[in-house]
Amino acid sequence: MRAKLFRQNYHGIVPWIAVILITCVCLLLRDQVSWLVTLPVELIIPVADWINVFMDWFIGAFKWLFRSFNWLLSWPMAGAQGLLQWLPWPATMAGFCVLAYVSSGWRLSLFTGLALFYMVFTGYWLPSMNTLGIVFVSIPLAIAAGLVLAVGAYKSARINKIVQPILDLMQAVPTFAYLIPILLLFGFGPVVGVVASAIYACPPMVRNTILGLQKVPSDVLESGIMSGSTKRQLFWWVQIPSALPNIMVGVNQTTMAALSMVIIAAIIGGSADIGWEVLSTMRKAQFGQSLLAGTVIALIAMVLDRISRGFIDRTRAVERQHLSRAERLKPWLSAFGLMVIFTLLSLFIPTLRVFPEAWIFYPADSINDGLRFITANYSNLTDAFKETIFFYYLLPLKIGFAKAISPFSWGFSLTPAMISGYAVVLTALVGWLFVRRSWQSAVMVVIIGGLLYFGITAIPWIAFVLVVTLLAWQVGGLQVAALSLFGWLFMLFSGVWPQAMLSVYMCLAAVIVCLLIGGGLGIWASGNQAVSNFLRPINDTLQSMPLFVILIPFLMFFQIGEFTSFLAIIAYAIVPTIRYTEHGLRNVPQDTVEAAQSMGCTKRQLLWAVKMPLAIPEVMLGLNQTILFALAMLVITALVGSKGLGQSVYIALSSANAGQGMVAGLSMALIAIIADRIIQSWSKKRKQALGLL
Amino acid sequence: MNSVNNNVKISCRNVWKVYGENPAQFFTNGDGNVADTRGLWEEFEANGHIGAACNVSFDVYTGEIFVIMGLSGSGKSTMVRCLSRLIEPTAGEVLMDGEDLLQLNNDQLIEFRRHKMGMVFQNFGLLPHLTVLENICFPLKVQGVDLQKRVARAQEVIQLVGLTGREDSFPRQLSGGQQQRVGIARSLAVEPEIWFLDEPFSALDPLIRRQMQNEFLRLQKLLHKTIIFITHDFLEALRLADRIAIMKDGQVVQIGAPAQLVLNPADDYVAEFTKDVPRVRIITAGEIVDADQSTDGISQRVNALATLESIMPCFNDHPEGLIVQRDGVDIGIVTPQLVVNALAAAPDQG
Repeated sequence: MRAKLFRQNYHGIVPWIAVILITCVCLLLRDQVSWLVTLPVELIIPVADWINVFMDWFIGAFKWLFRSFNWLLSWPMAGAQGLLQWLPWPATMAGFCVLAYVSSGWRLSLFTGLALFYMVFTGYWLPSMNTLGIVFVSIPLAIAAGLVLAVGAYKSARINKIVQPILDLMQAVPTFAYLIPILLLFGFGPVVGVVASAIYACPPMVRNTILGLQKVPSDVLESGIMSGSTKRQLFWWVQIPSALPNIMVGVNQTTMAALSMVIIAAIIGGSADIGWEVLSTMRKAQFGQSLLAGTVIALIAMVLDRISRGFIDRTRAVERQHLSRAERLKPWLSAFGLMVIFTLLSLFIPTLRVFPEAWIFYPADSINDGLRFITANYSNLTDAFKETIFFYYLLPLKIGFAKAISPFSWGFSLTPAMISGYAVVLTALVGWLFVRRSWQSAVMVVIIGGLLYFGITAIPWIAFVLVVTLLAWQVGGLQVAALSLFGWLFMLFSGVWPQAMLSVYMCLAAVIVCLLIGGGLGIWASGNQAVSNFLRPINDTLQSMPLFVILIPFLMFFQIGEFTSFLAIIAYAIVPTIRYTEHGLRNVPQDTVEAAQSMGCTKRQLLWAVKMPLAIPEVMLGLNQTILFALAMLVITALVGSKGLGQSVYIALSSANAGQGMVAGLSMALIAIIADRIIQSWSKKRKQALGLL
Repeated sequence: MNSVNNNVKISCRNVWKVYGENPAQFFTNGDGNVADTRGLWEEFEANGHIGAACNVSFDVYTGEIFVIMGLSGSGKSTMVRCLSRLIEPTAGEVLMDGEDLLQLNNDQLIEFRRHKMGMVFQNFGLLPHLTVLENICFPLKVQGVDLQKRVARAQEVIQLVGLTGREDSFPRQLSGGQQQRVGIARSLAVEPEIWFLDEPFSALDPLIRRQMQNEFLRLQKLLHKTIIFITHDFLEALRLADRIAIMKDGQVVQIGAPAQLVLNPADDYVAEFTKDVPRVRIITAGEIVDADQSTDGISQRVNALATLESIMPCFNDHPEGLIVQRDGVDIGIVTPQLVVNALAAAPDQG
């Protein structure tokens, strides 16, 4: 009986002890046996070179195909851009305002008008229209391709089996990594932006459409069949319209992804579009200019997001009016009428065609002066902030207390007495946890303690691979463990291990902060409607923002470097943690909450003893998203000098090295997918255990 | 209910639905006429297959309300879907006016559904993006009926189910009861010969349910459809049915008129349902009539279809008994003693 109890309580502890022992051996021997820390060059498999050889052959063989595709696409591109450039600005503005009005009323219409006027007023009209031209060509492409793929996957289990893992991979591969093969195949120019953004924006369309089709209630489907629909009638009149709300969610996400990618594609295809304006001024450290241009991107993102969201709400609205065809056509006719009128007017009033140079308000220099004033007077403050976090948080995580603590950084050096003290405290804590709490928490503290002392970048690869894979095995079973093992070994043998560890470190550092601050905000918002209302639009905006706009404000105050990328990653990746925490806490079953209240729980007890345990699976899904977002941002922050895999991708992009870019991009995707699988399995297990599934 | 005649409209013969890897292996040429149902059931369960409907046979007469009653998992929903071929039966025959539905090819089946079948669903199955009018027009639109004709027809059924004024509403703007009226109207729009109702009132509140049942009976009095009605509610079955089939574990346990089930439950399972039924409202005079006793000295006449509850007050003035008439012909008498005997018979004694 006792032995059985022991086995139940300590099931799974043996491999952990083994892994910890192996790690200790590796750490002891790392000075003698160098391959424990870095794999010798002879053992590295030249995957990147192989890819390059293949790409060379592939490009040689199929270049004509892609170039003719390029030529084909350049027509609608030129058409869209030409039209938007040719239309007088008030005409375009009228078109957008009516669209916004139809989508969700006059308030959005007003906002859209003001946003477009900002572009006119600051003189960014033409680059903005160029960007929109690319976006408007790539969105229909992405939507059409997404619909076809989704319907295929919905109808055939075999296609679904192929499509799903590709979607997973596509969403995890960082944005820059997409650009390299596309650059090689399609050459430079704005068409690359179209293709890249269409491909990048496709997965959310596919996913949401499949979801929508699967969610059509069986009663609705059967009623369509019993009405005597043919297969085609059933599809177009029953399935597609019933799935429309989900399809519209897909359209919204696809639109935002397309915009994001078009902005990023400026890095290679940059030509007079707004992404290029931001990028080039950022590179020249003209932050006033990049802030003004970045604002344009932010406004475009907000306008497109709100308009496409408006259409989702419209398909879901309860208080929908039944409109006749004439009533439905009315706004479009009036839009067309307005556009014609403004176009005609512009023939006589030149101001309506080209906004006069003299009226343009462009305060970039004043912003730069202000910024210079701030840096001159308050740089000691920002520097102190930066150094504190860098020395006391980032550095220990990266290289461990063993190296981070020095007279230069902490003001003293590590003495043997301190090291022994650390070891004693750690051992005592582990012992207490083991006896009083659970062996799992004890193992966790051993690992964290070791990690903090030695630093992520100094951990022998065997130890790292073993720890993550063992975790994957115990949480997600054999499949997840195999994925983890394969992923890390791929990074090891393709020679990107050091960069991978730098990325893991940066990601981890940001994610921990996100979890603490974002979790705190989520808890606060779950209990306070005002906070929730305040945070929601901020979260919406941050999430729909093309990534490199987020860099600008941090760049202005903290200059290029690791710290700026650290802050930018947090700003972007914190959103899901806030959202999922709030959502998880708010959606705890009402019965349970009432039961706890009737037993006399205080507010604090209610939160920590009742709501939190039930919300944890949801919070973990937020953490999962946070990790994915952090990795996505990590690539972009290579622009401002973060190290690691993101930087490798960026360098590969600028030297058009497909192999290097793909290996680094794939590595980032693997990190994301491994983290995703482990957390998802854990969350699912937990939800099942709590009876929430 | 009087309009029931003896023409068989639908005949369901030895129908099986078996789920699993290769359910066809248990049947030769799709013939479901198996001598040993239990034995076959055990055989395919041993092979990892699951039976949802096992050797189900029954006839439904023209103009009859035939209720299939069973608890969840009893196979009643499977059966109605086998009849409408929303699910393909594994074996057996479904004859409609003598024609085997299971032999129809896809085009024929679509034609059949367009003109001869109507179906109402538990969760209404309304198309969320269409208005009430458009939903009701939908089966006609699918057939290619032109706009004016279908709107005219839809207006007729809208009036029939009492939804006038809600034509331009969307389903989400309606209450559950109203949504089901739309479902009913839609299923009637094509003037079907056979009307399937799959737990149509189960998703509604008890009060609304009662109201909809009355509404349903009113409609049937006007329309005289052949109806197959699925429910898990025994009282609902008693209220509505001309005949009831009780299903359990994929098999039909008993088929009979409501009073027959109450008076003579086939086994303990059926008896369990009938236990709490107020028998006085179910049993009719015709069912306990004594044809052998003489009618001398008795003057008061009652209809054979009258329930005991309705004839009992008459015994105050006529303690000697009442003459029972069916279709204008005297068929025997009932006495207070016979009534007491019928009511006192405990259901679990058989």
